[in-house]
Amino acid sequence: MTDKGNNGVDEMQVDVYTHEQRKKGSIPEGFNADYLKLYYAKLFPHVEIFKWMSYGNDGKHPARDTSYFGRREFSFTLDNDVYLRFQSFNSAAELENSIKEKCPFKIDIGPVYSVDPAKRHAYAQAGDNVFKPVERELVFDIDMSDYDDVRYCCSGADVCLSCWPLMTIAIKVIDFTLREDFGFNHILWVYSGRRGVHCWVCDGRARRLNNEQRAAIADYFRVYKGNENSHRKVSLAGPAMHPFISRSYADVLKLFFEEKLLCGQELLSTEERFQMILDMIPDESISGQLQERWKASWRPSMSKEDINIVRWGQLKHILQSGKQKAPVLRRCVEEIVFTYTYPRLDMEVTKHMNHLLKAPFCVHPKTGRVCVPIDPEHCEDFDPTSVPSLAELLEELNMAGSSNADSGWEGTSLAKSVSFFKSSFLQPLLKSCKVEMESKYNDAKIQEMKNSMSW
Amino acid sequence: METVSAQKRKTTASEPSPSLPLYRSAPELEVSLDDFELYAIDRLRVLKAMSDGLSRGKKPDEIGALVTELWKEHMQHPNPSDVMNKDIISHFVLRLVYCRTEDLRKWFLSMETTLFRHRFRLESLEVQRMLMSEFKLPFKALSNSEFEAVKEKLGQVARSINQPLPTVDSTIFKVPFEEVPELVAGRRVYMLKGDAYVAMNQVASLVVTQFRSHLSKALVLTNRKWTSMIQEQEKDRLTPIVEALSSSYLGPDYSQPKEYAEISIKDIDRVANSSFPLCMRHLFDKLREEHHLKHGGRMQLGLFLKGVGLKLDDALAFWRVEFSKKVGTEKFDKEYSYNIRHNYGKEGKRTDYTPYSCQRIITSTPGVGDHHGCPYRHFSEENLRAALSKMGVSSRTADDVMDKVRHRHYQLACTLTFEAIHSCSCDAGINHPNQYFTESQKILQQRSQAAE
Ligand code: SF4
Ligand SMILES: [Zn+2]
Repeated sequence: MTDKGNNGVDEMQVDVYTHEQRKKGSIPEGFNADYLKLYYAKLFPHVEIFKWMSYGNDGKHPARDTSYFGRREFSFTLDNDVYLRFQSFNSAAELENSIKEKCPFKIDIGPVYSVDPAKRHAYAQAGDNVFKPVERELVFDIDMSDYDDVRYCCSGADVCLSCWPLMTIAIKVIDFTLREDFGFNHILWVYSGRRGVHCWVCDGRARRLNNEQRAAIADYFRVYKGNENSHRKVSLAGPAMHPFISRSYADVLKLFFEEKLLCGQELLSTEERFQMILDMIPDESISGQLQERWKASWRPSMSKEDINIVRWGQLKHILQSGKQKAPVLRRCVEEIVFTYTYPRLDMEVTKHMNHLLKAPFCVHPKTGRVCVPIDPEHCEDFDPTSVPSLAELLEELNMAGSSNADSGWEGTSLAKSVSFFKSSFLQPLLKSCKVEMESKYNDAKIQEMKNSMSW
Repeated sequence: METVSAQKRKTTASEPSPSLPLYRSAPELEVSLDDFELYAIDRLRVLKAMSDGLSRGKKPDEIGALVTELWKEHMQHPNPSDVMNKDIISHFVLRLVYCRTEDLRKWFLSMETTLFRHRFRLESLEVQRMLMSEFKLPFKALSNSEFEAVKEKLGQVARSINQPLPTVDSTIFKVPFEEVPELVAGRRVYMLKGDAYVAMNQVASLVVTQFRSHLSKALVLTNRKWTSMIQEQEKDRLTPIVEALSSSYLGPDYSQPKEYAEISIKDIDRVANSSFPLCMRHLFDKLREEHHLKHGGRMQLGLFLKGVGLKLDDALAFWRVEFSKKVGTEKFDKEYSYNIRHNYGKEGKRTDYTPYSCQRIITSTPGVGDHHGCPYRHFSEENLRAALSKMGVSSRTADDVMDKVRHRHYQLACTLTFEAIHSCSCDAGINHPNQYFTESQKILQQRSQAAE
């Protein structure tokens, strides 16, 4: 019934919106090549992307690697579904011109190879393994459609404000762990434009990880043991939890589960739903007891308290009371929370250096929304439904009008995103690249001195 | 007698010397050509038996016991002072044998590393420390005050993996996490700001990583030397021996379909029903049902089908028919066909194009939404029983199968299933899904010939 209500509201809003739009004499929502052309011409932050992908090697420092940017793979998906892999560029201008000319519906970023990927065939003859990835950001890809068994509001490609907290949780858990446990500092989170988030870890140390080390990090984050063919999804067996696991639980998962998801997703409201949770209790007498109680108590409760909260309290009480000696039972509450909240990573993306990932600031062809960065420190406030869309931006561009035609994204609602990207991510990153380059240079100099004296 | 000599290796007699060499440089030893070959064959016996054990899905402690036994059996020498020499020489000879292709290097590297790991564990703490210092690992043990600061967390990690709690007297090393990927992957260490806190009883992992990376680099160098000079210089002496040794390598190779090969698309459903092992049958059914498989599933099934003899064009057609129902033909051609062509070595680098063995499948870790892996290992009991009964396995046999599963003998469980379905015994046991397929086809063909 709530569904119906929602729809009504949505329709109304849409009406109002189109009305307003018409008043402004404006641009209908949607996505097409013409919009995109304008977007790449006026709004897309070409220079910033180039600066990022250069990691300081575009500067004047004597230790810079002038071939660095040119060995990076870009790949374009064009309007007619043509897929161009292994594109490479030697300068900011080349990149920008190519994007403007080809107008890709999607831009993917791959690794930095040992040689210019566009010329890989020339090297292929030369012998084994000349052409191979040598650097790549550590990346994570989290997709809402992997959570379909634990959300009831939408499924597949759809997201809404009541399931989005799942993404917020993923950002919080992963971001903090990457910083605290792994010591990484330069981490960029990006909305994937539709139903998920991407994470780019850009520290030099992260970029140089080999596949085995990437897999180790991915596995460090793994708590899901089985798949849909086995019942128990999360297994936290063992006499204690690893500090990373217990911290994630205490600082993030528990809170979000109890304050957002439990009621937001009504996890215990109907029999079908609470049965899924009861099935995770390894002691049938306990789950049976709760089941009976909950089946019977479906009268609009005397207390005003939310039924989900009441039931969760009962479940916790019974499992965590002093009577339960078996550790499997005590751990069961945590396992339930993990199953319903813990980040679900696409492991393959993280494990392999040569996986492609969509570039930030692309526009998602289905939603027309821009893949904007997300501030991990305020990720609770991120609202996927209010991310600037292509049509809105072009509208704003129109409004800004001919007065200053070259202002680009400044003055549009993309400004906030681009300046966040620059000030919170790019600047600190480039600063540390410079430091790293400096020390590499000095080391090389010292080595040189040693060599010159060692004859 | 003809002899071979190589460069120098220093040994200091006075120290309590470990029985485990690090093989850092080739030995200066005179050795007869006969010994050259015999030593190598003995070591190869050890490595191969280990490799078999691993592919049967043996657990680390079982492999450990196996290594000890094999070493005793093959690597002794009547003259005690020659034991070490035999160890070193055989290792260096096999380097020559196994340096020559990526696949050979990979196999040798992984077997020697496993061997080293288990031998290292058997050494005393004192010797372990010595070996560690020989590697010149730049890691210092925590000071008392550093230890106090993280004591609680270290204790928590130790409890989480059932290890004894560390005390002030425990030696704990702080190392960059990149050095101990396997400990990180298993969350067996405390992590802080990029450092892993490694207990003394875990340093094996650290040393093994070093050993592995040294050996990996050395093999590439050896390969270069081999092709640039040794092969030619030694063409009358070592080269023939080395070549003979390398052909005695590994078990059967399933990357190229064998005699019963070549199936075409129209047969695929029939043979899937009669001759696919459960892991492939499950993928096959899921593909037909959902018209989609995630990456892990595509690889496992795709390479298997290649091994079974499905030609590239047929494979493309097969996958396209299914995927296009879900994602459309265009998306398939754009995003998925590359992958399939790659498996057949038509695009990109031909790195990993051999069909997966049971061991690899059993140790894979399918995630949410994945269907690859080995059902005996990765299904719940209930789902496995259902799948078995769908294959026509009686519930009595299913009990036997479940019993094997409970003892984690997944391949034996699969073997029992094979025997039940084909009503004949399979003494070799199942080691590879393509072997399952081949054996099954063999039996079915014999039967149909007999019937004619
Ligand atoms: S034992 Fe091997 S062949 Fe049998 S199902 Fe498992 S992986 Fe497949
Ligand atoms: Zn939703």
